[in-house]
Amino acid sequence: MHLDHHHEAPAAVSADARRPDGTRRALRIGLGGPVGSGKTATVAALCRALREELSLAVVTNDIYTREDAEFLLREAVLPPERITAVETGACPHTAIRDDISANLEAVEDLEDEVGPLDLVLVESGGDNLTATFSKGLVDAQVFVIDVAGGDDIPRKGGPGVATADLLIVNKTDLAPYVGSDLARMAADAKAVRGELPVVLQSLRSEDGVREVADWVRERIAAWTA
Amino acid sequence: MSRAALLVLADGRFPAGGHAHSGGAEAAVRAGRITDAASLEAFCRGRLHTSGVVAACVAAAAALGVDPGELDRAADARTPSPALRVAARRLGRQLTRAARATWPSPELDAVAALFPKGAHQPVVLGLAARAAGLTALDAAYCSLYEGVSGPATAVVRLLGLDPFDATGVLARLADEVDRAAREAVETAERVVTDGAGVLPARSAPLLEIGAEAHAAWPVRLFAS
Repeated sequence: MHLDHHHEAPAAVSADARRPDGTRRALRIGLGGPVGSGKTATVAALCRALREELSLAVVTNDIYTREDAEFLLREAVLPPERITAVETGACPHTAIRDDISANLEAVEDLEDEVGPLDLVLVESGGDNLTATFSKGLVDAQVFVIDVAGGDDIPRKGGPGVATADLLIVNKTDLAPYVGSDLARMAADAKAVRGELPVVLQSLRSEDGVREVADWVRERIAAWTA
Repeated sequence: MSRAALLVLADGRFPAGGHAHSGGAEAAVRAGRITDAASLEAFCRGRLHTSGVVAACVAAAAALGVDPGELDRAADARTPSPALRVAARRLGRQLTRAARATWPSPELDAVAALFPKGAHQPVVLGLAARAAGLTALDAAYCSLYEGVSGPATAVVRLLGLDPFDATGVLARLADEVDRAAREAVETAERVVTDGAGVLPARSAPLLEIGAEAHAAWPVRLFAS
């Protein structure tokens, strides 16, 4: 009787914090941003920084290849069974915002197959400045831009830059070479984001992902509190 | 019965995963079989009268209350390509999630429990129509229409085809969709009395072969 009841219980729908068996599901953090800004490199660095202390997995949303998933596999940041690629039919923003069903299934399958998990990182395919994640898919989202994409991007704003829970301005080591003004980028970001945090990072420096990893740790602490 | 519910279920923006699939159009574009609006129309017409009709009959039968397990086995037997069976179950699972959230129903709960990795999409589509208070004819229409609108939308993305031309193709197929939907319901009514064996077994070999080749491509825009 009890088992039957379990099977007939509604499956976890989107944002439910509990899985059908009553356990707490993993925290889901989305990483979005333009092509080439360093989303996959940030995911790889986070995996290396956090894999000893957290049970984690990654879902990638490649636009037309498995390149991002294969990069993570090649770098061996996680065992292969903890990395899943979702195909997005030429519309990466649709898969993370308007029709999240394939991503939800990928997340749930990871929890079923390699769980229990503390954290699932969902990486968007490279997209434009309006691409944001549905709250039905992720609990928090990070938007990654880089200094080489133009130091006017924070000023231009848009949903990703303005509303993401964390904004990363990546590749700060390149700023002198591409003529980007870091102080101006930070000030512009502050102007459109108010109190929402901004991290300027270079993954070339030792422990370059530390600030972002600390932000993730705070999120995990809040999720499990 | 609500007419508006049919629009909800038939809407291309209904969040059930269809946007990532081309219905075989990506493989046909690569093979040079779809190059313009005329060849898109020929492709859609072929799909409509082969795998499209089979799917519509299955959807209509599910909407009439035929056992989902029996229909799922029948759909499996009528889908030679393993890649297409995988795609059909994946889409069925995604539709199950969306339909359960939209029109909660014990029948959809039961199919989710019976097929945790997904039943064939047309089976779920029929049950979703039932849960939404729609008819077998509505289920057949949804199945047939998405069977041609999916490739048309995909070809707009793949070839840069003029979207007005692609929509014109769908309009020109409307009468054939009407006829196929009525026939699908007649067949589905026979399934109720005679079992799933009377379902048609039409197929398009190039769709099956193309799907197998497509699944092995390292670089592609669509999942199928």
